[in-house]
Amino acid sequence: MEKSLKTLGYDTVKRVRVGKYMEVFFEAGSREEASAKVEEMSRRLLSNPVIEDFSYNLLEPEGEK
Amino acid sequence: MKYAILVFPGSNCDLDAYHLVRNVLGHEAEYIRYDQHNLGRCDAVILPGGFSYGDYLRSGAIARFSPVMEAVQEFAEQGGLVFGICNGFQVLTEAGLLPGALCRNQSLQFRCRQILLRVENDKTPYTNLAKNGDIIKMPIAHGDGSYFTPPETISELEENGQVLFRYCSEEGKINEEANPNGSLGNIAGICSRRGNVAGMMPHPERAGEKTL
Repeated sequence: MEKSLKTLGYDTVKRVRVGKYMEVFFEAGSREEASAKVEEMSRRLLSNPVIEDFSYNLLEPEGEK
Repeated sequence: MKYAILVFPGSNCDLDAYHLVRNVLGHEAEYIRYDQHNLGRCDAVILPGGFSYGDYLRSGAIARFSPVMEAVQEFAEQGGLVFGICNGFQVLTEAGLLPGALCRNQSLQFRCRQILLRVENDKTPYTNLAKNGDIIKMPIAHGDGSYFTPPETISELEENGQVLFRYCSEEGKINEEANPNGSLGNIAGICSRRGNVAGMMPHPERAGEKTL
């Protein structure tokens, strides 16, 4: 990918890294509860703490509140 | 001895393991499906190679939550012999039955070829027919085989003699050229602290016939 970007003329590209992006839809009573759930899911299944880090954003669906 | 050979959706070396146990070693073997809750009467469990659950998320990450894995966890806690080959090794690390993790090969490419292994600890049930320093040849076939674990775990593994096999050269040297996937310390196989759980990326079940 790095080579291809350079071939396309993006010669300032120094490093390319591919990661994983996931969207998880669920219900929670509060932002705190949602955070706790996401962290737990990430630790138990979505990431492997030995080799991976994770970060997340919480979004509320539009039109529901 | 009776072996339970686990079958996950996507396992593809279960037949080889079964053939080896039954027809080459002359022991009893039974397939145990991923959705079973107990292992029945068995003396050892083999987690075969393959691509359980299509390697979705991470290799072994989904299989580790199969119902049968609870029984395996219990069996291992009681000191039962549990052996993971390739994807089976990945499942055991994901399940926390073995330390560390298997990352994408350093080359980012799938590697399928013969490699050489040096025996590092001959005092385990998995290696006691060999001697330390013996060099054995067997195939590898994996995309996620680069063994990784944090430095403190590595020193623990080394101190406790938990490293069973390392990738080596024909002269038995442990160097970068002999390392097919970027594994830390050329590690190809390890065992648990108690020594009853073991895993390795190479495929002994594909190297068990005299004609090979």
